[in-house]
Amino acid sequence: MVLLDLFWTFLLIGSVSFGGGYAMIPVIEMEVSQHGWMTTQEFTDVIAVAGMSPGPIATNSAIFVGYQTAGLSGAMVSALGMVIPSLLIILVIAAFFFKFNELYIVKSAFYGLRPIITGLILYAALTFAITNNVIGELSWHTVSLLIICGFSFFALMKLRLHPIFVIVLAGVCGIVLY
Amino acid sequence: MKTNRKYLLQIFLSFFKIGPVTFGGGYAMIPIMEKEVVEKRNWIDTKDISEILAIAQSVPGAIAINSATFIGYRLAGTLGAIIAMTAVLLPTFLIVVALSILFIFVQDNPYVESAFVGIRAAIVGIIAFAAYKIGITAIYDKTTLSIMIISTALLFFLDIHPVLIIIVGIGMSILIVKVKRLLGYTIKLERNDK
Repeated sequence: MVLLDLFWTFLLIGSVSFGGGYAMIPVIEMEVSQHGWMTTQEFTDVIAVAGMSPGPIATNSAIFVGYQTAGLSGAMVSALGMVIPSLLIILVIAAFFFKFNELYIVKSAFYGLRPIITGLILYAALTFAITNNVIGELSWHTVSLLIICGFSFFALMKLRLHPIFVIVLAGVCGIVLY
Repeated sequence: MKTNRKYLLQIFLSFFKIGPVTFGGGYAMIPIMEKEVVEKRNWIDTKDISEILAIAQSVPGAIAINSATFIGYRLAGTLGAIIAMTAVLLPTFLIVVALSILFIFVQDNPYVESAFVGIRAAIVGIIAFAAYKIGITAIYDKTTLSIMIISTALLFFLDIHPVLIIIVGIGMSILIVKVKRLLGYTIKLERNDK
């Protein structure tokens, strides 16, 4: 049953979604394509729309995938799956050990977890680059996409443009060029 | 602790109105939430906020939703946590569902199709920038650099499930820190540690 499947999948993802939403992109992508809910390219569009929506990107992506797969109830079970693990963990921490983040064992876990999260996000960028022809056979199409990609990175880092603005600008470039 | 209905409703409304005004990831919601619960409502002290944020960041899930859940618990226990979490999530949920419906309608439009060719390339840049930002705080010695390279390679070449990498990675990390300490190495657990 697809609703139960969505719920379990996002419950699993919700339990390990450390380090900001972007780290969960490859996890959601892998689950979504393994279940046959979406292709990687369709999922890139999910990230685009999730990035344009207010709120956390991983939760937004889960809601979007849920809606596209099984309508409103799909969106609801996916959102619940994402937040229930956090809720339970927070209730336990708030009730028993408030200084959780200062525990030595938690700090040692994050020493390795942070680079793993970096690796996950890098991997997400690579996979998306390949499926969307940003990296691929040399052609003017690929080069122009690479320029858009490179400029987006530059605009975020040096010009400190807002991601939404970058997305809109890239959309306009797309309409003009392709 | 007051747990009457009016108080719970007030918690709900305070968190509910934070959602729709913030774009660009959960972090954008934090200053607005802070203003609401610290300055306007006087529910939480400024010094407690940074502690709540630190914890919200170290448990799984979106930082904005986690912070709201935590503050909700502080205000009215388990029920408060559930109410604050639902309230902060609900507007986002409705907006994303609305955008999903809109997207289904317009995705076959030729202009939208070409716009998305450009947008997909920008998304790659945006994700790469996210990696760069977290990389600056995450990678600062040989061990952290190796962990990053190994996990990227495992994902890319062996198709190992990311959840497995995260879970095994947490165990490995605790072990590595222990072994390094035993061998007498000094180890900085955070970039800014002395």
